[in-house]
Amino acid sequence: MHVGNYLGLVHGSEERLVDVLRKVARHHRDEPDVEQTCLLLAAWSEKHLKFLRPLVEKYGEEKNPEPDDLEVALFHGPRTGSLGLLRDLHDLWLMSNEVQLCWTVLEQAAQALRDDDLERVCKECGKETKRQTAFFLTRIKQAAPQALVVA
Amino acid sequence: MTQTRDSINDIWGARTPHGADASWPERVDEHITDTPDRWVRGTCVLCSNGCGLDIGVKDGRIVGVRGLATDVTNKGRLGPKGLHGWVANNAEDRLTRPLIRRDGRLQEATWDEAMELVVRRSKEIVEQHTSGAVGFYTSGQLFLEEYYTLAVIGKAGLGTPHMDGNTRLCTATAAAALKESFGSDGQPGAYEDLDVTDTIMHVGHNVASQQTVLWMRILDRLAGPNPPKLIVIDPRRTFTAEKATVHLAPRVGTNVALLNGLIRLVIEAGAVDRDFLDAHTVGYDALKKTVETYTPERVEELTGVPARDVRAAGEILATTRTLVSTVLQGVYQSMQATAAAVQVNNLHLVRGLIGKPGSGILQMNGQPTSQNTRETGADGDLPGFRNWGNPDHIRQLAKLWNVPVNKIPHWSPPTHAMQIWRYCETGSIKFLWIQATNPAVSLPELGRIRRILQKEDLFVVVQDAFMTETARLADVVLPAAIWGEKTGTFTNVSRTVHISCKAVEPPGEARSDLDIFLDYARRMDFRDQDGSPLIRWDDARGAFEAWKECTRGRPCDYTGLTYEKLLAGSGIPWPVNERHPDGTLRLYTDGVFPTGADEAETYGQDFDTGASVTAEEYRANDPKGRALIKPAEHQEPHEVPDDAYPLWFTTGRQVYHFHTRTKTGRARALAEAAPDAFVQLSQEDAQRYGIEQDDWVLVESRRGAIIERARIGNIEPGLVFVPWHYGSWDDPSRPRAANELTLTEWDPVSKQPHYKYAAVRISRYDAKDALPPMGLMSRTIDAARGLIGRHGDEAASAKSEFARPKTTQRVDG
Repeated sequence: MHVGNYLGLVHGSEERLVDVLRKVARHHRDEPDVEQTCLLLAAWSEKHLKFLRPLVEKYGEEKNPEPDDLEVALFHGPRTGSLGLLRDLHDLWLMSNEVQLCWTVLEQAAQALRDDDLERVCKECGKETKRQTAFFLTRIKQAAPQALVVA
Repeated sequence: MTQTRDSINDIWGARTPHGADASWPERVDEHITDTPDRWVRGTCVLCSNGCGLDIGVKDGRIVGVRGLATDVTNKGRLGPKGLHGWVANNAEDRLTRPLIRRDGRLQEATWDEAMELVVRRSKEIVEQHTSGAVGFYTSGQLFLEEYYTLAVIGKAGLGTPHMDGNTRLCTATAAAALKESFGSDGQPGAYEDLDVTDTIMHVGHNVASQQTVLWMRILDRLAGPNPPKLIVIDPRRTFTAEKATVHLAPRVGTNVALLNGLIRLVIEAGAVDRDFLDAHTVGYDALKKTVETYTPERVEELTGVPARDVRAAGEILATTRTLVSTVLQGVYQSMQATAAAVQVNNLHLVRGLIGKPGSGILQMNGQPTSQNTRETGADGDLPGFRNWGNPDHIRQLAKLWNVPVNKIPHWSPPTHAMQIWRYCETGSIKFLWIQATNPAVSLPELGRIRRILQKEDLFVVVQDAFMTETARLADVVLPAAIWGEKTGTFTNVSRTVHISCKAVEPPGEARSDLDIFLDYARRMDFRDQDGSPLIRWDDARGAFEAWKECTRGRPCDYTGLTYEKLLAGSGIPWPVNERHPDGTLRLYTDGVFPTGADEAETYGQDFDTGASVTAEEYRANDPKGRALIKPAEHQEPHEVPDDAYPLWFTTGRQVYHFHTRTKTGRARALAEAAPDAFVQLSQEDAQRYGIEQDDWVLVESRRGAIIERARIGNIEPGLVFVPWHYGSWDDPSRPRAANELTLTEWDPVSKQPHYKYAAVRISRYDAKDALPPMGLMSRTIDAARGLIGRHGDEAASAKSEFARPKTTQRVDG
């Protein structure tokens, strides 16, 4: 049984996502849509963490080292300028996909375990994570031409 | 002088009552200062109603107006702005020659010099930085022909995605909500529905003050047999609210919660039209689930509206046989703008009250010609309601204009106004061309806007009829002709296209916006891919013919219209084509909506984040002609009162004034009726802060400060209101523009800024007794400096004595 492994993974990934969303929101305050939306998305991920708590109690949690490495690879801290904003959103897109994949993997296990609670949490959280990813992609597409071509 | 009534003190005039079985009677309003030699057909351009009128001309000058009795929109009536606004055409301070900033001062120049400079800077900037460094910020005041010409110049000539205008501030949410629900822009209903309906609901819409002639139409129903019931949702006790059967006064920013509560009551009463839902909509189950928790008690908690009032409104909505809803800035400029506007659409869809006489939705416009910016693509849309995410739609445009597909910017969403200003702020847009609008008064957080306009690395062109607060900060000012001095068409909320003709010559060397754009296109030598000139027309009629081709087969089909047809007696609602030669009163009478993946103007967006739905996702659930029901959960506004700023702040228009008072402030009767801004507050708050009627009040937010006179009453405790037309051109002595205080935020979907809520503090202000507190001093000095302009073109006058309204009407309604 390795469900605890993925619970640990998704837990760590969501925590990191909250942290980075808040950092990006604070740092890019001059882009009000980025600030406000990142704060909203951080609140969603915090809610996911709350949903996770009883499941962690049920299945236990194996701490994974991956997320730490991931953060180093993906996010050194917020950058400035239009290219910096693009790169920060780029990293958030990758991080939310990491979370998304965790929910997908866990949902598969939940079905095999016939654990309706776990399946429901994976579905609900996965749906919101997808909306997070969709926002990053939309905002990236908006910012990319100007940042890369003009300034 | 002939004046059929004193419209300043008798805003709506005498009643001509009628019942639902009779048509709206005529009543011709007229105001002339001399006997005209001739009358010229026009259309009023001073609110979004678009009333037909005749312009009286004597010796080459406009001497008055009279309503057009045959017109479907007003049957001869005109409001105070329509009857008096034309006076501004004759104002002494019209701009008559181009100006170029030399040695820090705006100095007179020839048209050749000014246009050569504009063209040289355009070319240099495009050469060095690509067309992505060029932005256009247009108006809700130009004509269709001008917008379309501008759209082709921008999208196919330069190829810049940065085109938008002040319609983003007034009407973007109307467009977004219609697209999200019905697949395409365009109002389902018509003004005529008001003549026969059983119930009218105004959501965030003070129609009595904003669209006085439309309100006359409603008053005439209210005064007739079997009057309709009236539900008004507005936090202030406005003129509109005073006539309501039920007035709901929610806390600012809580529209979604209230509307969810109303939809829930309709469902609970078993009033949903199951057959309509099954045949013509998708998404009802999600809506039902979402609104379940919005009980009247929870709604009371979230919005402050007593549960019994929510129930009373719910009962009317569940039992009425027909319903007309109108929506405006109280929704569009507030929290969750698109989500809330869509809930009004949902209310109609669940009851099947759409596409039938007496049942319509009017997602209103703030400006008269803003519908045309949306149709033509002079704002962040594509011409003819085309979808930027649909490659076939882009190919249609490329073929029409004979340019390569990749010339047309469609790689990402068109840049919305607030982002254009941000790009100017960060320096990646280096050339900004502003037409007939005044962002230095109308945009949020004015201190920021002044800083942007004064940036050394931003070349600003302003095209206007007057030396506005914005024009003062420009590098080049181009004098423009206005209404009455040029011919063109425009479309009102009822989809009705009107023509407005040239009655007199513009003053001095002023030119129509169309002629300025055509001159620019010639000098830039824009060409299509065969080497022919890109712009193939040289007058308004030619532009109109070109536009008609662009709309062929689209929802806003103009192909059956001609100038002659429009001059024949009234405006005509689109689509007008072979199938509908006399126009189309109502859309969706067959319950079929343009939502199919190949037709839709958008694939939709996430209400909370603005994330785009992809083409693949949309096609996977193609609604194929069914309307989309999209629910939304309530969210708290982004700035809420706290200890430091304990009051809610909101803004709005007054009856006598329109868009930063550039024209209406120069029409003497209108200016004297409401000469100054004020701060409206409740009796409770006045007592708490020791403020009496007419005291000076200092209002501060985190962004700025203003000083206004107090006006007490007709508003909920905890909320203060300031009308936002007031800038500095006629009184630079103190900061009084409401937008010194408003915040830089916008709706995730429509990108319309949030003007309707902010947190502020107030205090009695006695200039003689007290120095302003630390921090405030520098902000007020900064504001005052900004008001005068960076080079002090005019000295500030000290005329801050109490300007009293010369009207017997309340001016806070």
